[in-house]
Amino acid sequence: MSPAQRRWMFGLGMAGLAAFYLWGMSGLPGFGNYPGPYGFVILHLAVKQTFATGIVSAINFEYRGFDTVGEEFILFAAAAGTGIVLRRLRGERDQSATDEAADREVPATSGAVRMVALLFTGPVMLVGWWLASHAQANPSGGFQGGVILATAFILVYLSGEFLVLKRVSPVALTEAVEAVGAGGFAAIGVAAVPMGLAFLTNYLPKGQLAGAVSSSGTIALISFFVGLEVGAAFILIIGELLEQTLLVRQGDRLCSTSRSWSWPGSSP
Amino acid sequence: MTLAVSTPYTVPIGFMDALQITILVLVAAGATAVVLIRQPVHQVLVLSAYGILLAVLFLAFQAPDVTLSELTVGAVALPIILLLTLAKIKKREE
Repeated sequence: MSPAQRRWMFGLGMAGLAAFYLWGMSGLPGFGNYPGPYGFVILHLAVKQTFATGIVSAINFEYRGFDTVGEEFILFAAAAGTGIVLRRLRGERDQSATDEAADREVPATSGAVRMVALLFTGPVMLVGWWLASHAQANPSGGFQGGVILATAFILVYLSGEFLVLKRVSPVALTEAVEAVGAGGFAAIGVAAVPMGLAFLTNYLPKGQLAGAVSSSGTIALISFFVGLEVGAAFILIIGELLEQTLLVRQGDRLCSTSRSWSWPGSSP
Repeated sequence: MTLAVSTPYTVPIGFMDALQITILVLVAAGATAVVLIRQPVHQVLVLSAYGILLAVLFLAFQAPDVTLSELTVGAVALPIILLLTLAKIKKREE
């Protein structure tokens, strides 16, 4: 195909795309125009019904709590999957990581990085807890809080070394916290069933003052457990990635130092 | 029932429109910059800045919850994972 023909084909394709795009855009509702009824109904009812002023949290953990359970377990499955895929297989030799070996050359962490990381670890942890435990009062939630909590542990890694990270967040403990977080959410939902209520019904007292920390019943509790789950899952995933360098396949497919490595089974 | 919080504030007419247009242009520029930069470490840093831009965009469009998610994941968690990976690869190549 000559360049001229190719340009012609490209022009034809682009013209078709542009036509369909403009046709699709012309059918959209106007900017800022919301045609559906549910948003207005929720805005009208949510605070009265749930006593949570963080209406997004009220929707996430109550009105569509069932969906959120599923999303929660997506992350749980992702962390579990990372752990399983990156586990030590038979025939794989465990080698100490370059940054974990006893005779390693320690790359000097600059004083500035250490200082900043140490300075921020405490405040970051506080912000994480605050976000995870105030979902009922502001637009935060367990998810954001959990990620920020995990960031605090990354700061520990930055300020020290991998071994320090392992000491402050042992894998067994992190896994347990993740399981408690994911299981806690499901357990709160299931606990409604013996009372004769639907799964994830908000059965706890909702308090007197909407938007107070103690308000909103199960919404605040679920957000807290989500925070645990998300924080632990992120720490586990990042920990697995940090450790991953270290597995070396034995035999002729030795590939730890080679840049072009192949999947087992594929011809080199 | 009483509310624990109330937010009686206003902004000048047209201010939000101007803010939204500005941030939309900045986001378009940031996305282009992320794609055009070929050096991985630089790309990650620009990606992080782009995450902050996106967070501001969501804030300007009145979605503070998405802002928080974007800040934590787009500006912090994703760049951290990418940077750690780059550091590891570099170590292995040496």
